[in-house]
Amino acid sequence: MQYKTKGYKIFTVFNYTFLSIFALLCMLPLIHIFAVSLSGSAAASGNLVTLWPVDFTLDAYEKTIGNSNFLRSFGLSVVRVVLGTAISMGVLLCAAYALAKDDHEFKGRKIYMWFFVFTMLFNGGLVPTYILVTNLGLTDTIWALVLPTAINAFNLILLVNFFRTSVPKALEESAFLDGAGHFTIFLKIYLPIAVPAIATVTLFTMVFHWNQWFDGMIYMTNEANYPLQTFLQSIVVKKDLSNIADPETLRNMSQRTVEAAQIFITALPMLIVYPFLQKYFVKGIVLGAEKE
Amino acid sequence: MEVKDTAIKESHMKAKLKLAPEKQKNKKRKQKWAFRNNWPLHVLLIPGVILALVFQYGPMAGIVMAFQDFKPWLGFFGSEWVGFEHFRAMFEFDYARQVIWNTLIISVMKLITGIIVPITIALLLNEIYRMKFKRTIQTVIYLPYFLSWVILGGILIDILSPDGGLINNVLGLFGINPIFFLGSNEWFRSTIIMTDIWKETGFNTIVFLAAITAVNPNLYEAAAIDGANRWKQTLYVTLPAMLPIIIVVGTISLGNILNAGFDQIFNLYNPLVYETGDIIDTYVYRVGLIDGNFSYGAAVGLFKSFISLILIVIGYRLAYKYANYRIF
Repeated sequence: MQYKTKGYKIFTVFNYTFLSIFALLCMLPLIHIFAVSLSGSAAASGNLVTLWPVDFTLDAYEKTIGNSNFLRSFGLSVVRVVLGTAISMGVLLCAAYALAKDDHEFKGRKIYMWFFVFTMLFNGGLVPTYILVTNLGLTDTIWALVLPTAINAFNLILLVNFFRTSVPKALEESAFLDGAGHFTIFLKIYLPIAVPAIATVTLFTMVFHWNQWFDGMIYMTNEANYPLQTFLQSIVVKKDLSNIADPETLRNMSQRTVEAAQIFITALPMLIVYPFLQKYFVKGIVLGAEKE
Repeated sequence: MEVKDTAIKESHMKAKLKLAPEKQKNKKRKQKWAFRNNWPLHVLLIPGVILALVFQYGPMAGIVMAFQDFKPWLGFFGSEWVGFEHFRAMFEFDYARQVIWNTLIISVMKLITGIIVPITIALLLNEIYRMKFKRTIQTVIYLPYFLSWVILGGILIDILSPDGGLINNVLGLFGINPIFFLGSNEWFRSTIIMTDIWKETGFNTIVFLAAITAVNPNLYEAAAIDGANRWKQTLYVTLPAMLPIIIVVGTISLGNILNAGFDQIFNLYNPLVYETGDIIDTYVYRVGLIDGNFSYGAAVGLFKSFISLILIVIGYRLAYKYANYRIF
C-alpha cells in the first residue's frame, strides 16, 4: 500500500493483533461450551475443560437426543418457524404490493400506511397484550406464537421500499394496458423481481421465530407445548426442574455437559444457515438503507 | 418522497384550476374507474389490517385497564375506574423510581458503547487489506448476533460462574479472587454492557463499514496530496463522511432509551441484583404477570410506551433534519 511510513507499519501489526484477539474473545465462549458438551461429566464438573474436550464422549448428545421433552420442543419450534414464516410472509407480501402503488394510483394508500406505521411508534404493552391473547383463547395453541407477531411494520416497509425502487413502472403500466389485473401483476411481475428482498425478509422472520422464547413462556401453561428456546430457558437459565418427575432424567438434565449439549443443539440450526444469513442480512441492511 | 408528494399535489391543483365543465365529468368517470380497478388492492390489505387491528390495536384499547382496578372476571366494563391512581402510586414508590433509573443508566451506556465500539472496529477493519482476514474477522464477530439471549445467557451463566467458571479460572491464574459477575451489584451493569457489546458489535460494525466503503476514494487522494497521513485522513475524511449514518443510528436509538434489553436482563439477572439490574420491562413482567397486578403493570407499561412514542417521533424528526433520513 502507499502508506509505508514506520508509524503505519507499527499500527498495522497492532491492528492485526488487536482484531485477532477481539474476534477470538467473541468465539471463546462458544468454543468452550462446545468443548464442555463433548467432555466426560466428571471432567466438566471438576472445571478441567477449557477449550478442548477432556475424556471425549458423545454421552451428553445421546442423552439430549434421547430426551423426548427436548425432541418434542425441537419439533414444535420447527413447526412454529414454518407456519409463522408462511403466514407472516403471505400477509406482508399482499399488503406490500398494495402499499407499493403511488398515492395517486391508490387512493387511501396514505391512510393504510400510517395505520401500519403507527404500530411501530406505539404499543399497548405487555399486560394488555397478554390479557388479549388469553381472552381470545389462544393459550396453549400454536396460534399464540404465530399470529400476534405476523404483521411486522419494519419488514412491511422494507418490502414496500424494495417494490417501489426495483419494479419498473413502465413494465407495470404496459402489463395493465395488455389487460393484466392486479393479481396477475402481483404474481407475475412483482414477486419474481422481489426475490432477493423476499429471501431477506423470510430469513429475518425465520431467525426471529427460531429465537423467540418469551411468548412460549407466558402463553404456554403446559410445558409440553414449549418451543425449544422456551424449554432451554426453563432448564438451563431458570433451572426450574420441578416439572420433571423422573429422578433419572432429573440427574441427567442438571449435568453441565448435558446443558452444554442442549445449548449447542439449539444454536445449531443458526450455525448451519449462518453463511446464508450473513449474506442476506448484509443485503437487508443495504436494502433498509436505500431510502429515497 | 416529500418533494414528489408536493409535486403531485401541485399538479393536481393546477389541473383543478384548468378543468372545464365537460372535463370535470370526464375526471369523475376516471375516478370511478380507478376505484373499481383498485378493489383488489383493498382485498390484499384485508389480512394485514385484521391482524394489526386485533393484535396491535387491540392491546392499545386494552390500555384502559391502566386507569381501572382491572379484575379479569369483571372484565373491562365491570372493573372499577380509578383514574391516575396507579401512576401516582408508581411515582411515589421508591422502587419504581429506582427501576426507571436503572433502565436509563443501562440503555444510555449501551447506546454510547453501541456507537463507539463498532465505529472503532469498522475503522480498524478498513485498514486491513488482506480480504480473507477481514472477512473472517467480520464473520466471527457477527455470529453472536444471531443467537438468542437464552443461548447466550446459558453460556454466560456457565462461563461467568464464581464456582469454577472459565473467566474466574483465568482470573485465578493472576491471583484474582472469584468475582460473582451476575450476582453482585458492583459488577452486574458492567457485565450487561460487556455482554451486549459481545452480541451487538458485529451487526453495527457492518452498518458502519458499509458507510465507510461508500466514501469517494478521490477524497483520500486529494487529502494525501495535501500531505495528510492515514490518521489525518480518518479524522478529516472518513469520520465526517460517516456522520450522517452516525446521526441516524444515534437518533433512531433515542426511541429505545427505555428499552434496556428485556431478553438479556431477564436471562441473566436474579433477585440479588434487582437493585442495579431490574429494568422497566422486567419489573412490568414480574408485577403484572407473575404477581397479577394487571392494572399497575399496564400503567407502568403505558408510561414507558408513552415516553417512547415522544422519543421516537423526536428521533425520526432529528434524523430527517440532520441526515435527511426517512423510512418511507
